[in-house]
Amino acid sequence: MSKNSNNATNRKAIVSESAGWILTGGRVVDRTGERIADVAIAPDGTIAAVGVDLDLKALGLAKAPVLDISGCVVSPGFVDIHTHLREPGREEAETIESGSRAAALGGYTAVVAMPNTEPTIDSVAVVRQVLDAGVAAGLCDVRSSASITLGREGDALSPMAELAAAGVRIFTDDGCGVQNDRLMRRALEYASGLPESVVLAQHCEVEALSHGGHMHEGEWSSRLGIPGIPAEAEELMVFRDIALSRLTGMAVHFQHLSTAGAVALVREAKAKGLNVTAEATPHHFTLTHAEVASYDPVFKVNPPLRTAEDVAAVKAGLADGTIDAIATDHAPHTDDVKEAPFDHAPCGMLGLETALALGITELVEPGVLSMTEFIAKMSWNPAAIARLDDVHGRNVQADEPAHLVVFDPALEWAVDPSALASKSNNTPYAGRVVRGKVRHTFLCGVPTVLDGEAQR
Amino acid sequence: MNRPVTNPRHGRLRSLLAISDLGPDVATGISEVMTLTDSFVEVSERTIPKVPALRGRTVVSLFFEDSTRTRLSFETAAKRLSADTMNFSVSTSSVKKGESLRDTIETIEAMGVDAIVVRHASAGVPRQIAQWATSAVINAGDGWHEHPTQALLDCYTIRQRFGDITGKRIAIVGDIRHSRVARSNVAAFTALGAEVTLVAPPTLLPPSLEGWPVKVSTDIDAVLPTVDVCYMLRMQRERMTEALIPTIREYSARYGLNERRAELLPDHALIMHPGPMNRGVEIDAAVADLPNTVIVDQVRNGVAVRMAVLFLLLGSGTTWGGEADV
Repeated sequence: MSKNSNNATNRKAIVSESAGWILTGGRVVDRTGERIADVAIAPDGTIAAVGVDLDLKALGLAKAPVLDISGCVVSPGFVDIHTHLREPGREEAETIESGSRAAALGGYTAVVAMPNTEPTIDSVAVVRQVLDAGVAAGLCDVRSSASITLGREGDALSPMAELAAAGVRIFTDDGCGVQNDRLMRRALEYASGLPESVVLAQHCEVEALSHGGHMHEGEWSSRLGIPGIPAEAEELMVFRDIALSRLTGMAVHFQHLSTAGAVALVREAKAKGLNVTAEATPHHFTLTHAEVASYDPVFKVNPPLRTAEDVAAVKAGLADGTIDAIATDHAPHTDDVKEAPFDHAPCGMLGLETALALGITELVEPGVLSMTEFIAKMSWNPAAIARLDDVHGRNVQADEPAHLVVFDPALEWAVDPSALASKSNNTPYAGRVVRGKVRHTFLCGVPTVLDGEAQR
Repeated sequence: MNRPVTNPRHGRLRSLLAISDLGPDVATGISEVMTLTDSFVEVSERTIPKVPALRGRTVVSLFFEDSTRTRLSFETAAKRLSADTMNFSVSTSSVKKGESLRDTIETIEAMGVDAIVVRHASAGVPRQIAQWATSAVINAGDGWHEHPTQALLDCYTIRQRFGDITGKRIAIVGDIRHSRVARSNVAAFTALGAEVTLVAPPTLLPPSLEGWPVKVSTDIDAVLPTVDVCYMLRMQRERMTEALIPTIREYSARYGLNERRAELLPDHALIMHPGPMNRGVEIDAAVADLPNTVIVDQVRNGVAVRMAVLFLLLGSGTTWGGEADV
């Protein structure tokens, strides 16, 4: 089933002695649509059968524990293609274990770790360290991205072939964009010759325009006296990389689109049949730059929170398919670094444990996306972008790996930073009442979350 | 998430972080400060310019950015009210050793202070401090954001000359983009019903003026004959290296208040500047010394205005222990 040796190791480590599991009465959602059915999970970590009136005895699952999930949605587990796990280097903010736990609680069965660690993930050694720590944590299928340029310094290419052979499928200098046009072109050309199918993901930001900025440039930055980052800093690089994708024929993935102009550029590129994909974060479809009026650095993020018009454009991009995936950009920071003056504080906010609820509250309930469309952007679409779709985001049917999430779409809860599994507290949603919460998460048929509790 | 800036026990001002804190009706709030300032101007003119209004209270000045004149003005104000003053000198303190902002505030508060006067190069720091501190916080200038006591002393100075600010035409000239003085003054002047025109090259204006009730001009010669007040901002030389202006010489030629331009002003018009002046850059030496140039009045009124603010935040609210009734 898996072409990837790392995943095989992962599964072996995670699958324990189990009698299987029976999930009854759930609303099964996958790319075939939705229906009410029972899901039987076999002890080997695959789905044994899906349907009504399953013959458990014939399936050999007569002794499997039964979970009544009526009222809940059961779907392929979520895939986050943009997660900062901070390990190695910033273990005080997050570790691969604590981040995996946050991911499992958020319904994720796979995450792709971003490479802006210390040291940068630009060598096979660091990739292996991340993958091994993911297996050891056993809460989520942790994959590693790697940087496009050595040290994310924008000067020389990382050893992309070695990294791809070690399992890397997403290359990105996330945290900044590759500024040098020629280097980006060469990276795309070189990557197109690798035996593995890989994608270059870009954090689009032209530094000459964004330099010194700390929030979106506009009405609020002007009023608050905080140097701004214009929308054009993002849009110029989106424009360039669309051109380079055309030039090289190589796949480009646009990370965290945040401006109306960037969404329009990607829409146009897709209409022309170019090989581009895009993601948006929950905060860019939920929050605006007006939040910064509190000067609370918990609202400092890159790309910055933008205008209400940009939020509407991101939602429209999600609705019409311009934006393929929802990615968290989960970026933990400790309280002491976030309690700095706004212009000194680092960028980033937590996302793994709130993405589902924000998607339901901001997108599904208001009718921007149907439940199936929403889960597509949380599961199988990002799985395809990260080249994980041989294992993740699969349909809920017999013989597929049992990477599943079960969530109650109606459960209302208030976000409490101290109740989150992440080691850090920097959620911008403290006190916000949202709907939708994970009940169970299964990784290879083993519950990583059961009744809302992480299992390890 | 913001803590209210009014003290819940008294329902009055708890901290002064921005001009809008004087609201909900900002004009009334400013008028109250002005009235109180009148009394303290009188105190300042006495042989012994000191009243026991804040005896036993402690005011600490916490200046993360050098500013001798504003710090001295606040300290003089506090001393004339008989408050004890402390000076937390950042350059020689633990902040240099990497202490966090929050730890610094908790340390200062543990010593038992009643008010913290903050100056910081980063916008928003006084508001952050107000959320952590239990003492009153006064913004003495935060980055490009606000400098509310400067605006109050400017309002007082204009009121002193004209009796009223309503309907007055005020031009603010220069580097609006980087100016906390401009942001506070636009808020205060327009709240009091003045007509404000910003005069600057587009590179020195904020990127967006949405929600600013002001007019904008790049033609100072056309604006000057129409104004009651010409408020010149300080021009910093580093703006050249940021390509915001080509040269200081070109800026002075296009926006500086030279003798020829000063003659364009109506006879009654005031010339103001928050100091320190760059004579020969934004204002010519001869203009700085004209009779209608009220820069020294601004400095003098600064002490009385800051006495009023400290009294408003820390005083009993009914009596200040002086002879006059406030």
